[in-house]
Amino acid sequence: MKNIRFLVIGSLFGIILSKSEVVSWYRIYEMFKFQSFHMFGIIGSAVLISMVFMQLFEKGKIKNHKGEKITTKEKKKGLIRTLVGGTIFGLGWALAGACPGPMFVLVGHGITTILIVILGATIGAFVYGLLSDKLPN
Amino acid sequence: MEFISQPWPWYVAGPMIAIVLLLMNYFGRGFGVSTNLETFCTIGGAGKASDYFKKDWKEQKWSLFFVAGIILGGYLSSHYLMPTENIAINPETASELAELGFANAGQSYLPAEIFSTENIFSMKGFAILIGAGFMIGFGARYAGGCTSGHAITGLSSLQISSLLAVIGFFIGGLLMTWFLIPLIY
Repeated sequence: MKNIRFLVIGSLFGIILSKSEVVSWYRIYEMFKFQSFHMFGIIGSAVLISMVFMQLFEKGKIKNHKGEKITTKEKKKGLIRTLVGGTIFGLGWALAGACPGPMFVLVGHGITTILIVILGATIGAFVYGLLSDKLPN
Repeated sequence: MEFISQPWPWYVAGPMIAIVLLLMNYFGRGFGVSTNLETFCTIGGAGKASDYFKKDWKEQKWSLFFVAGIILGGYLSSHYLMPTENIAINPETASELAELGFANAGQSYLPAEIFSTENIFSMKGFAILIGAGFMIGFGARYAGGCTSGHAITGLSSLQISSLLAVIGFFIGGLLMTWFLIPLIY
């Protein structure tokens, strides 16, 4: 079962988010209050190092396991979509103190109430799907 | 065994997240979490309500394994890798939170004021949990990604859309933290 590799990578991600306290509501609150460098350091260094990897993918220096060039999917474009969608996401992120990755980590921590947040997020994705062709880009 | 007993600093966690992105790409997949919310809808039969969800969810199986792994990683951490629940937050943050009515800030990963089980049974508590979730799910899918897909993958591949989305994340986050949380609590 080759999907097991994604289970293993996911576990690593879950451990990183736990051990670095990214899954803590307080860390997110502190970030938006600009009272700590911790989260900015994590996201900033992750982006900078990923940028180096992206360059190596682009130049073909790092290939995928099949020996093919690694390409990155282009994100959907649109000023309203990204800004308004992003703002709505940010409101939820700051209130719940968790974005989608940490939401699932907290299930593993045994937090029952996070299941309500995940239910809400699934309903949110469902409503987006219903409205997707009516919403402005 | 400081690696187990102590929390990891940003300069350990950030590069390790980049390694997760590298591994996902090496195995032919992108790094992102929020698409799974749509997959849940598809599995739940949302295709009957909208063509948007008429997809073959089996193509997303790898991503469901990734999410299962994230849960497993959380389980392993909380059972074996986190001897203490204390978060060394800025004392200023803690005293501001105390003024808002958040007792014991930083003595656990999550504030009981939002995440204790009793909240499921109170109108306000439930509305906050489900409402925050709704905004996360709706917003992430409308924007086309969340922190992993936009902030990490999109910014590092220099996509303007992701920069706009991240600006949006901060507009929303700042509004909530500075103006709305003090109104709610």
